[in-house]
Amino acid sequence: MRNVAIVGTGHTKFGVRTDVNLQELAWEAIRQALEEANLEQKDIQYFVVGNVGSWSAEELPAVVIGEYSDLVPKGTMRVEAACATGSAALRDAYLAIKSGEVDIALAVGVEQMHQSPNPQVVELIGRAGDYFWEFENFGLTFPGYYALYASAYMAKYGAKEEDLGKIAIKNHYYGARNPYAQFQKEITMEEYLKSKPVAYPLKLLDSSPITDGAAAVVLASEEVAKELTDSPVWIVSQGVASGTANLSKRSDFTHIDAAEIAAKEAYKRAKIEFENAWKYFDVAEVHDCFTIAEIMAYEDLGFAKRGEGYLLAREKQTYIGGKVPVNVDGGLKSKGHPIGATGISMAVSITRQLLDRAPKGTQADIKNGMGLTHNVGGTGHYAYVTIFSTRRPSS
Amino acid sequence: MMINDIRERLQQQISQLIIALDGIVKTTGMPIITDKSGNPLWVDVREITLRYQIPVKKIQKFFEGLKEGKVLATKCPKCNTIYFPPQDDCPKCKMSNLEWVEMPNEGELVAYTIINVKPPSFSHYSDYIIGIAKMANGVNITAWVNSKEVKIGMKVRLKVIRREPEGYITYELEPI
Ligand SMILES: [Zn+2]
Repeated sequence: MRNVAIVGTGHTKFGVRTDVNLQELAWEAIRQALEEANLEQKDIQYFVVGNVGSWSAEELPAVVIGEYSDLVPKGTMRVEAACATGSAALRDAYLAIKSGEVDIALAVGVEQMHQSPNPQVVELIGRAGDYFWEFENFGLTFPGYYALYASAYMAKYGAKEEDLGKIAIKNHYYGARNPYAQFQKEITMEEYLKSKPVAYPLKLLDSSPITDGAAAVVLASEEVAKELTDSPVWIVSQGVASGTANLSKRSDFTHIDAAEIAAKEAYKRAKIEFENAWKYFDVAEVHDCFTIAEIMAYEDLGFAKRGEGYLLAREKQTYIGGKVPVNVDGGLKSKGHPIGATGISMAVSITRQLLDRAPKGTQADIKNGMGLTHNVGGTGHYAYVTIFSTRRPSS
Repeated sequence: MMINDIRERLQQQISQLIIALDGIVKTTGMPIITDKSGNPLWVDVREITLRYQIPVKKIQKFFEGLKEGKVLATKCPKCNTIYFPPQDDCPKCKMSNLEWVEMPNEGELVAYTIINVKPPSFSHYSDYIIGIAKMANGVNITAWVNSKEVKIGMKVRLKVIRREPEGYITYELEPI
């Protein structure tokens, strides 16, 4: 199997993007990625579109994006892995190159949630579990699913409301410095504590927003990557796992099993020790759709022991200069969470971090040249953990 | 409030929006509105209303059970796995036609939330508590918790009820 590298990245401004339609939004990211890679559409041999949709009008997003971006007649498909859709798109392009099927591929993630009114979006996302047994009868909302985790975690480990707030404050601190972020504004603990309840114990400031946005990456095989750039960022490994549709079928509501399994798989391939995982990474992007998700991510990734994730936040160990900087682009909380684009946005952030190209005030110290993304779809229905490095993988 | 009143209210909201849009089309010749940021938006003139039809033949006994006031699960006679929500296939043993067993009445709350921001289709209820309870047989159930006070570890009883205003039979958890 061949090595695969990222040779170009593209990222749009996240937020309410009613100034463009779905294909125009995707093109913003695709154009930037092509320009960075110094490639033309004819060089792209295969493209994948990550889009969850249902709130936006186009039923076949890969097709309209392919036409608008002049990628036709190259092969394509649309992929879905809920909030991990972007990572799934990246995976498909990565495997296409790794297997030797193509040499250059493009993965684009795009979501335009504002094509539908907010109440309808709440309705549609609530259905994203086991529809009949969770939504139809009991009206679980998406924040509601994570709130179930939060109440169980807080009861078991004694984490407080303020500990969740620490995550939101950190992510807003960095989002305020990211020109691509939806909310470029810091928040205080007082504002956090006073924010509107959404699904107890989660409040508005625990939650990532409804967002429009797109991100794209151009991937190339080792041979081609070396011709294209002096600074490829290699995909070292990726771990993938799934979880039950129905939350009640899980044995534990204080961590996300699929994420831990995906992390261990990615670490094993990269020869990383789970217990000391944080030592390997200069920077990480983890799935913080809700503050509790980031705390569980610290534990599922081996950055903190079970039940101690919230202490990492309390001690500011995930700021730049701490043990391991996490979500220093603002995370989903402040950068925004355009579901299908999120995973690729994470890959773009890590790539730019490793190349010392992050916006001022958000650049981590790059010592090992290694970064990680942790992207959870649904509430642990899908999980993708991907490891990136500036050093060429040995295998 | 009766279910028809709720439907009427929702339909009224929808038709008001459509009438407003018709007005815009009449004056400007196009269904284009301006959003908060001043961006022009074309509002779909075709609408879609969906109500899915979900086959329940394989678990019909579950609904018959509810009518008799029982919450039923299925049990595989070979590996003894209890399935709730019920399913008539045991994928582990590749067997079908499982046994029907009653879920225990008592359990313990392991997670809960109070839904404040509700989906529009639940907007006619006041804020509701959803809990996951581990029942005496070790199997979890998700349901509304009918209680003012709620705490992890709280003992709860599983009960069949008629949910108003829709008037359909379902189940809930209440403190013991
Ligand atoms: Zn069996």
